[in-house]
Amino acid sequence: MSTHLQKRYRRQRWFVAVSRVTILLALLFLVGLIVSIVGRGWSGFFRGEVQITVALPETVLENSGKVRASVYKKLIHKALLTDFEQHGITDAGSLENIIGFQGALKLRQLVRKDPDSIGRTITTWLPAGKFADGYLKGDLSTQTLVELQVEPDLIRYFEILDRSNKGRMVFNWSFFTLGDSSQPDTAGIGGALAGSFYMLLLTFVLSFPTAILAAVYLELFAPKNRWFDLVEININNLAAVPSIIFGLLGLAVFINLMGVPRSTPLVGGMVLALMTLPTIVISARAAIKAVPETLLAGAMSLGATRMQGVFHHVLPAAMPGVLTGTIIGMAQALGETAPLILIGMVAFIHHIPAGPMEAATALPVQIYLWADNPLRGFAERSAAAIMVLLAFLMIMNISAVLLRKKLEVKW
Amino acid sequence: MVTIETRDASASARAETIISAQKVNVYYGDFQALKEVSIDIRPRQVTALIGPSGCGKSTFLRCLNRMNDLILNCRVVGKLLLNGEDIHRPGFDVVDLRTHVGMVFQKPNPFPKSIYDNVAYGPRIHKMANGRSELDGMVESSLRRAGLWDEVKDKLAGLGTELSGGQQQRLCIARAIAVEPKIILMDEPCSALDPVATGRIEELIFELRRDYTIVLVTHSMQQAARTSQRTAFFHLGELLEVGDTNDIFTKPRHERTEAYITGRYG
Repeated sequence: MSTHLQKRYRRQRWFVAVSRVTILLALLFLVGLIVSIVGRGWSGFFRGEVQITVALPETVLENSGKVRASVYKKLIHKALLTDFEQHGITDAGSLENIIGFQGALKLRQLVRKDPDSIGRTITTWLPAGKFADGYLKGDLSTQTLVELQVEPDLIRYFEILDRSNKGRMVFNWSFFTLGDSSQPDTAGIGGALAGSFYMLLLTFVLSFPTAILAAVYLELFAPKNRWFDLVEININNLAAVPSIIFGLLGLAVFINLMGVPRSTPLVGGMVLALMTLPTIVISARAAIKAVPETLLAGAMSLGATRMQGVFHHVLPAAMPGVLTGTIIGMAQALGETAPLILIGMVAFIHHIPAGPMEAATALPVQIYLWADNPLRGFAERSAAAIMVLLAFLMIMNISAVLLRKKLEVKW
Repeated sequence: MVTIETRDASASARAETIISAQKVNVYYGDFQALKEVSIDIRPRQVTALIGPSGCGKSTFLRCLNRMNDLILNCRVVGKLLLNGEDIHRPGFDVVDLRTHVGMVFQKPNPFPKSIYDNVAYGPRIHKMANGRSELDGMVESSLRRAGLWDEVKDKLAGLGTELSGGQQQRLCIARAIAVEPKIILMDEPCSALDPVATGRIEELIFELRRDYTIVLVTHSMQQAARTSQRTAFFHLGELLEVGDTNDIFTKPRHERTEAYITGRYG
């Protein structure tokens, strides 16, 4: 074998080796990212519960529909103190750390559902308070609690709960159904999910048909002249415009000029549609361009008009590519934060929006808000929300790949 | 430029003309692709257009159903009469023209749809069939005429693009026939096919000649000789010679024609 040929082979081996190393590095980063987020956020999907035996005296709970949650909290705390006496616990500090407001709300809910329990003593599981929650989920070890200068008696009580199986960890469904809250244990991504859903729906409805029509016209109908070049250059430029500029545009035009209500998924969807439009137009044009010209010629040779040829044959053949581009554009829109901040979707909104006209946040904005919050417990919430966001993005991207595989036209 | 035209012996055949091109010039931007081409095309005959690459034979073919309209900057000057009517006159309906003049392309281009839908597409857009059964009948008779029915009758729902190359081309012929054209233009229909498939298409062309006027662009001398009754030789955008295929191949008048068909040029 000539030395020259060996050299060429060596170079190729080098190239392959280096490529593999870079891919490995990228994978490592990805794994690192996922491990760190999952490690931090998994506990956000769970919550601790404490079993408690609580007396529900008739005298206090008369007219149970109007009784305030704070009354239930007092009952719970009374039950806790009874329990303390049994175990010789004297000073456990604030009882909120064991069962807090959330527990009181849950108890009230139980009583309202079953009014017969009034006047009796019931045993039930209630959401744990701040420290108990952390302890039951394993976030806070005895060691950490000591460092946090928690009352020794409280720690002792946690250990008693553990031993007597009166503490447990359950899946926190309410994380998906509750709105934002100032307290981490009552904060959920329900509102953000609804907001993101309405927004993406609007983005899709506004941008998909518009982008497809634009792409079809530009690719198959438009006369190729100076105006065409101008439009083409501008579409490519638009795709590269930083998203925050679209937020500014939305603020100036949609909110200030057109009077679209701010902070709503409606205006968010409009802004994101603008942002997604060039992405879809560009990918749709590429997909249309990839369809052999003979397909249109074949249809037109049979007496189809250009439009019939395009909509019967060219566009369906280009659809897999168009849809892939659309899904990727939508995934981009789902993760977009900057423009939403400018149009006021960054506010603290407790209720879950019932429609696109109500003020709402979106998933990435919710993460941004929580990540900024110093309260213990929000860190795991934001990591958990990031996991949800990533899951949605992965589902969208995988479905783009699958859709493409399924619809791909074999020539 | 004067085109040498060998006259037919029979006077009746001379009188019959379905397409008459009179001094047709075609420009792509500044480039002149066809120069003063005049030719009469007889009904129910195969007219072969031959000549070296870039001679303008495909361009001329595409004039006949105005497929050149699809090409930007393409300009056609001159008269092209179909049954005495100028197809380039303003107001002439090009969609209507194409229902009379079908086309088969160089590379088989079936729609990426079922075999049935491929053939049914033309009748559907022109609303030629009343009801499903009539459409079924049209599809079957078109496939039969294209000699494809026996091979595909059990898989009409299968994709047209999954057939072999030769079958795809016959499917395209069936698709064109389904619109019931009078003329079928074929632009090197066998250039992407193997010899067996080519043979089948040639047989088909031979049969179709009874019902249709066929204009066939080909690079193969043998194909022109085997299938056509008349042959036109194009060179550098000019129509140098046209006449009976037998005459063109046995006693060409023009020296370039002779050079080309004997393989000394091209």
